[in-house]
Amino acid sequence: MRGGLLPAALALALVASPALAATIEVTIDKLVFSPPSVQAKVGDAIEWMNKDVFAHTATVKGGWEVMIPPKSKGKVTLKQAGAVDYFCRFHPNMKGHLEVSP
Amino acid sequence: MFTRPIAAFAALLLMSAAPLAEAAEKPTDPQIAHIAYTAGTLDIEAAKLAIKNSKTKEVVDFAKDMERDHEAVNSQALALVKKLKVKPEDNATSQALAKAAKEERAKLAKLKGAAFDKAYIENEVAYHKQVNGALETLLIPSASNAELKSLLETGLKIFQGHEQHAEHVAGMLK
Repeated sequence: MRGGLLPAALALALVASPALAATIEVTIDKLVFSPPSVQAKVGDAIEWMNKDVFAHTATVKGGWEVMIPPKSKGKVTLKQAGAVDYFCRFHPNMKGHLEVSP
Repeated sequence: MFTRPIAAFAALLLMSAAPLAEAAEKPTDPQIAHIAYTAGTLDIEAAKLAIKNSKTKEVVDFAKDMERDHEAVNSQALALVKKLKVKPEDNATSQALAKAAKEERAKLAKLKGAAFDKAYIENEVAYHKQVNGALETLLIPSASNAELKSLLETGLKIFQGHEQHAEHVAGMLK
């Protein structure tokens, strides 16, 4: 009985946790990330909606990079806890911030 | 009242050895549209030269970014002037920019390898600085149509980004 429940509980937990993960949207309009700062949890995804006709990136120095084509979207799933600054590699004056809790 | 921005712009152009004695008046919207479009076209031409001549990935990538962004800005500018029924009007500032860019291209065309890369990127920093100065002090304040002003403001943010990007690439070449 016990042996049967534990895997079931584990399976439930595995199924349940992705369902808790949120997708947080950040809009890019006229070279501005908005909101400029986002709080998220490990497992959440950030999705950038690019309203500009210009290609942008969300780049973490020494870390990951997401390409965000013009009038399109780019998405990243957060794997690591911590605070990171990101910027657009094509237009380094565009800056954003993520606070990722475990 | 307009002497100050004009003087500042003339000074900016003088810095790049392009005299601008003729532009003594506040530019009109048709002239501003022409200047902005010309500035973009000139940077696309420089980018094409770099894509052809450079063998450094960072430089070629940067040039492709310039080509792509300036084409996007210019197609927006074309759509806007069409919508507003404004006919871009050639003027002394556009001509001074074109003349300076032509001289720069001739200079670049003679260079190869690392010397080309360095000269191209340094000119990109200086060129964007110059155009941004003009946008801030003269073109944006002079624009009377709100949509044109808004496009110029977005253009300024794009070009400020390019200036920083160019400075970054220049730093990598050292």
